[in-house]
Amino acid sequence: MAGSDGRRPSGEAGSRPRRGRSNAEAHRDPGGRDGGTLTANRLRRAYREDDVEITVVDQDGRHVYQPGLLFVPFGLAQPDDIVRPRERQLHSGITYRQAPIDNVDIESNTVRLEDATVLAYDVLIVATGSRLLPEETEGLTGPGWMEKVYTFYSLEGAAALAGSLARFDGGKLVVNVVDMPIKCPVAPLEFCFLADWYFHDRGIRDKVEITYVTPLDGAFTKPVASAALSELLAEKEVELVTEFNTGEVDGDAGRLVSYDEREVLFDLAVMIPLHGGAEYVGRSPGLGDEFDFVPADEHTLQSKAAPNVFVIGDASNLPASKAGSVTHFEGEVMVENVKRFLAGEPLDASYDGHANCFIETGFRKALLIDFNYETEPLSGHFPAGVGLPLLKESRLNHLGKLMFQWFYWHSLLPGRDIPGIKADMPLAGKSHGTKSVRTKS
Amino acid sequence: MPTKTVAGRSVEVTDEGFFENPDTWTEAMVPDLAKEEGIDELTDQHWMVLRFMRQEYQQKGQGPTVRVLGKTSGVSVKELYQLFPKGPAKVAAKIAGIPKPRGCI
Repeated sequence: MAGSDGRRPSGEAGSRPRRGRSNAEAHRDPGGRDGGTLTANRLRRAYREDDVEITVVDQDGRHVYQPGLLFVPFGLAQPDDIVRPRERQLHSGITYRQAPIDNVDIESNTVRLEDATVLAYDVLIVATGSRLLPEETEGLTGPGWMEKVYTFYSLEGAAALAGSLARFDGGKLVVNVVDMPIKCPVAPLEFCFLADWYFHDRGIRDKVEITYVTPLDGAFTKPVASAALSELLAEKEVELVTEFNTGEVDGDAGRLVSYDEREVLFDLAVMIPLHGGAEYVGRSPGLGDEFDFVPADEHTLQSKAAPNVFVIGDASNLPASKAGSVTHFEGEVMVENVKRFLAGEPLDASYDGHANCFIETGFRKALLIDFNYETEPLSGHFPAGVGLPLLKESRLNHLGKLMFQWFYWHSLLPGRDIPGIKADMPLAGKSHGTKSVRTKS
Repeated sequence: MPTKTVAGRSVEVTDEGFFENPDTWTEAMVPDLAKEEGIDELTDQHWMVLRFMRQEYQQKGQGPTVRVLGKTSGVSVKELYQLFPKGPAKVAAKIAGIPKPRGCI
């Protein structure tokens, strides 16, 4: 890596890669989840240090286990439990720079940091995750913000909401997704299910009205899962309001107002704000789209902006779920393609959009969904005919979700494969209507 | 496959009324399609949005969402809802003869 080699701290641009080989660089920011870390770690294992220099640039040193944010408001996890230092998640032999990025120049293959340091690259991997944009919705950060209007999508918001929920002794609780795309699209539904459990446990469920307000035309995007999740919402007496495009949050009056002038009243609003990509993407000509996400090939993860720029995780505009599992599965293809690119070989177009998400449903149960670009979440079992039940509540899935945190720190971030779980979506065990699919995976 | 007659021509549509084949659409069909959606009078702004939808579809292979429209079409989301009260992305896609905007997952 030119200019960012820790052993050449002057950071001058134009240094050549060792032994004439190319190097990879990963960038993340606090919105970034896992892509930068796991890719850097996988690449480090794939190349000798003499051949490729790897630098990770990040603007803060705090790595949040984002699936844990869901549990914080209910006191099921403490903020300290889900945060670890970023640098310690990286293998030795990876240079770590903690600095904000000003912009990327894809013409000159350089990254400019805010302190004016210029880093040259042979391969750039954008892994900046997504950024919350609450200020883009009228009134959202106005009166009532962090008093009766919260988000659990940030650590600070989740922690503050815990206090507010503990004081909440009845009234209208509204969970609202402002617009797609969002990280972990099932998390707002999980919040509703956990809130139902939480208020049951406190003995005041009958005093709390829970409403889920979504811009989608159902509980979820895909028909089979949407129907199953709608049923579950109804079972748990959570009202579902669909096709609601939030135009304004009026904290004073406690109401959400849609662009088509419908209203939903609340005493406590849990908002999932608009998401966008990293700010520096917007300052980098030709790199991002209108929301600062980086357009990329759906199957190779190569950016549309330049052949030596790749994108992993939430930072891309791919029609895949913005979920940690997606990033994990993309990681395998990413490393293969960086290797192929550096070797001048054709890229591997095998990423299939695979996503795998546990959905906490409260009372120590969870659902599991598994899907890709082509196959919507179906019922059956994962990963094969015998395994975790799909689209069905079970205690086993809940245990799976709890175990995932261990795998996250010890397997996913270090860039190791999870035994029995492959990047390609398995078809074995999935049911299409009454037929069970029996395909070798 | 359902079909319907628009401006004297038979076209294939989906169950929800979106054009099956955007190439069968012509601008001459717009007034009829708009009436079906409760829009009797088409302003210049309507046309601007509809042409933008067509252009986006031709360039990207899919129609824009409301959020994309608000950010890039030159018409704010508030105004878009005034133009297409039943939902700008879906209704404008239907009138512009392009597929239903793909929901994000």
